[in-house]
Amino acid sequence: MNAPKKKLKVATTSLAGCFGCHMSLLDIDERLFTLLEHIEFDRSPLTDIKTCSPDCDIGIIEGGLCNAENVHVLREFRDNCKILIAIGACAINGGLPAQRNHLPLTTILEEVYHTSPGLMNGMIPNDPELPLPLNKVHPIHEVVKIDYFMPGCPPSADTIWKVLTDLLAGKEPELGHGLMHYD
Amino acid sequence: MSQTFILDGKTISFADGQTIMQAATQAGVFIPHLCYHPDFKPHGSCKLCTVKVNGRQTASCTMRAIAGMVVESDTPEINAERLALTQMLFVEGNHFCPSCEQSGNCQLQATAYHLGMMSPHFDHFFPNRAVDASHPDVLLDFNRCILCSLCVRASRDVDGKNVFALSGRGIKTHLIVNAKSGQLADTNFTLDDKAAHVCPVGVILKKRRGFAVPIGERTYDKQPISATAKAVAEER
Amino acid sequence: MALNDMHAEGVAGIVDRVVAHYRRDSNNMLQILREVQEACDWIPPEAIDRLQAVLGVPRTKIEGVAGFYSFLYTQPRGKYRILFSDNVTDNMQGNRALMERLCSSLWVEPGKVSEDGLLSIDKTSCTGMCDQGPAMLVNNRAITRLTAARIDEIAELVRNKVPLGEWPADFFQVEDNIRKADIMLDSRLQPGDALRAAHARVPSDGLMSSNMRSWREGLPSGIGGPAAMLDEIKRANLRGRGGAGFITGLKWEACRNAPLKAGQQRFVVCNADEGEPGTFKDRVLLTSYADLVFEGMTAAAYAIGARRGFLYLRGEYRYLLEPLMAVLERRRKEKILGTDILGIPGADFDIEIHLGAGAYICGEESALIESLEGKRGTPRNRPPFPVTNGYLDQPTIVNNVETFAAAALIALNGGEWYASVGTRHSAGTKILSVSGDCERPGLYEYPFGVSIRQVLADCGAQDVQAVQVSGPSGICLSPAEFERTIGFEDIPTAGAFTIFNNSRDMFEVARNYVHFFQHESCGFCTPCRVGTSLLKNLMDKLHNGCGSPYDFAEIEKLNQLLQSMSHCGLGHTACNPVLDTIAKFRPAYERRLAQKDFVPAFDLDQALAAARQMTGRDDPGAHIIKEEFGEDA
Repeated sequence: MNAPKKKLKVATTSLAGCFGCHMSLLDIDERLFTLLEHIEFDRSPLTDIKTCSPDCDIGIIEGGLCNAENVHVLREFRDNCKILIAIGACAINGGLPAQRNHLPLTTILEEVYHTSPGLMNGMIPNDPELPLPLNKVHPIHEVVKIDYFMPGCPPSADTIWKVLTDLLAGKEPELGHGLMHYD
Repeated sequence: MSQTFILDGKTISFADGQTIMQAATQAGVFIPHLCYHPDFKPHGSCKLCTVKVNGRQTASCTMRAIAGMVVESDTPEINAERLALTQMLFVEGNHFCPSCEQSGNCQLQATAYHLGMMSPHFDHFFPNRAVDASHPDVLLDFNRCILCSLCVRASRDVDGKNVFALSGRGIKTHLIVNAKSGQLADTNFTLDDKAAHVCPVGVILKKRRGFAVPIGERTYDKQPISATAKAVAEER
Repeated sequence: MALNDMHAEGVAGIVDRVVAHYRRDSNNMLQILREVQEACDWIPPEAIDRLQAVLGVPRTKIEGVAGFYSFLYTQPRGKYRILFSDNVTDNMQGNRALMERLCSSLWVEPGKVSEDGLLSIDKTSCTGMCDQGPAMLVNNRAITRLTAARIDEIAELVRNKVPLGEWPADFFQVEDNIRKADIMLDSRLQPGDALRAAHARVPSDGLMSSNMRSWREGLPSGIGGPAAMLDEIKRANLRGRGGAGFITGLKWEACRNAPLKAGQQRFVVCNADEGEPGTFKDRVLLTSYADLVFEGMTAAAYAIGARRGFLYLRGEYRYLLEPLMAVLERRRKEKILGTDILGIPGADFDIEIHLGAGAYICGEESALIESLEGKRGTPRNRPPFPVTNGYLDQPTIVNNVETFAAAALIALNGGEWYASVGTRHSAGTKILSVSGDCERPGLYEYPFGVSIRQVLADCGAQDVQAVQVSGPSGICLSPAEFERTIGFEDIPTAGAFTIFNNSRDMFEVARNYVHFFQHESCGFCTPCRVGTSLLKNLMDKLHNGCGSPYDFAEIEKLNQLLQSMSHCGLGHTACNPVLDTIAKFRPAYERRLAQKDFVPAFDLDQALAAARQMTGRDDPGAHIIKEEFGEDA
């Protein structure tokens, strides 16, 4: 691929996710060097930059929306990134955290803090520092517009590589048999 | 087999009474489908197998082949609509592939791969559905039911048991089992039933077998679902 | 009353009595379940136990059927089961406020059973009383012309547990409201006249041979009546009045010519499942012209050679059952129904009445047949068509109530006479069920070819913004189209004619209709089952002020998918009201696209409410502000 004049700014984050997708991103191994010829990381767990620059080109979001902070971060990404990519099962359909969705939030908090022994002297934490949980976990496309999706739990390094290189080449990402996985 | 019709520009032979789906599969041409199974009377409900016959859309699993008909199947327009139907099935139920034993053997998942489904697109319904672990050998996870009714047909037409049926209406349609308690353990269902082996998704699962074949080495990990039609053609 | 029955007889006793009445035939499952519920107020598990035992059918079959129909309850719903008709005309007449009034008066939440288990209040699809709404059903009995005062009276009656049979009779008064009559509503047929005329008629040349395999197979040869009857129907150019307009003569002939296997027979089915919101003509025909309808069915049986007929009556018209049974009984006594009709040996034809139980889809003829067979009302795969493989897989004609009434007129007066009325391609008259914003709602019978403008003038409609012809599955017309005419050449219709004046919000009209289709989708096929729900959610999203151009594009995509992929007419037409109102009343949608960019369908701040309540927090961090995003994005 031809080296672009200016490196694309890429921001990444994990919302209600397990960082597995980020691990898979690192799994592209030595291809990271090739990638870094074309991109630079902005806000990301890899850089420890805490907020997005206003001119990010690509935002990569792992995880769904479980609480108020997730919503704030997702909005920050949408506001500052030209293209948003959902990476992994949780961002795409809520994934494992969304498997609480059939239970009312009140039941869950009751069970965790009141019924089960041990935590917080039977109090539900109410520190303003803590984000409040949403009553349901949502995939991110239900809250902001998402431009591309990378399925998988996590998507393999090859899948990530294929999507990113397709995008860098200005192509619609396409995953054939073997790269397309939801598990 | 002297009669023919045209499917996506290809000449397909068929015998009297054969459907478009049967003739196409025999010729090694894959038409996406979920509620169709060669062993049972076609149902025509999932609509994934919809094709255009002389310009009109119809389910290819129920439509009999007619000599000279012109059928379109593998077109961007029809595949886009099939993709939308698949996405509808994903958001209607709770399909969490990473935690599903059937992942890799699931026809819904494999069909979504085939159609290039990158996301379920629509807003999720996140319905509240039960899991029935009462039976000693079989687990029922209704979260994944796509209402194809294959188990209904198998139990009724092959096993002669009527263990399964659909109840409710519209978006509330759901699978029920033949017991006052609503529990599979209270039916005469066994692992030998044909109905135990026809679920295209992960509703009817054999217990203690979930990960006997590791993820990555399963049916549709090895080959795409479209290869199934070719396999049928090669067997002949 | 019902409770006492239950104590005296016991559930098993009730089931045994009902099952015996229906000849232990599980094809009558729907009727059996309906009558068990009438006696028990719901279908208790013990009833299903007993049915399973005495009918020898699997529980799955019984529960599958019971679960399909809106009016059958497998959970207790109270002794008073109140359902508010929720057609758009009921909305316009203020049904929502009345429902709230009754709910708060009786301390019950909509859709739930009261804490004492006495009653439940919910909504239901159009009950066919649009000309005298708002309307409700109490235990399937229709109450019309609801007002706040009447609601308060009802609350009092329920509170005092007054049996339904002792409620004031004028509550249940249903008016015919015939505003304009023509050849059908003006006909003064003497029962039997049309049959006598049909029997006396001599067939024209060329039809004698096809007559050889007719209903009169057992009769002396040379009787040409049946073929002549069919000939007159064809000559009349009669087309189906249910909306689709299939040529009746062709349908009858195909059924008549369909080969019979050993033990098979032909069936005549009258589709009185008048479920299209805004239609109520069949209600009036069956109230005041039942002889005409039954005579038409008998003439049809004569023409095709059938010995059994069914009237499939929608559950909302349950109150018509006894009067209709009485008409049938009188006709049997008069020898124009039953055995040896008109004294002709072997001329046998009888009619059974089957009731629906709240499922619009059963108006689709193959779903209706499934329902007649005591199954879930799911449309069949076609072909084969009912004319060859209908009721119990035997040749069957299914026609609309009005079609049979017209057939009786044709039997009496001949096809040429009938064809001389109306237009070239649309013979005869059409009864319109006029409702909505007009001075004189009710029935208007016109020869085909009448203009929309004429109907509007006749019913006293002013300041008209739109007319929905043929209900939600029909067409929405704007004033620019009011010169168009009713007829198969231009606007075919099953009869609904709903008028909206300029004060009405056409987006909300379409939204009501979308809710209707979502509620009535049978759930068989993916596109309709899921698609109607997605469409409903999107219309609600626009209604809630969360709509953006993105959602509008999504609506258009779903419309396309429903039309192309659905199994039956319900799915194909479910998007019609949306497509029409988008095309003709676009500002009503644009007003709803409050958002420039995509926003969620749900309220994010509200999604924190449960957590706020549990933690007692109300600090800024405990909220998600709407404006934070979207304004500057």
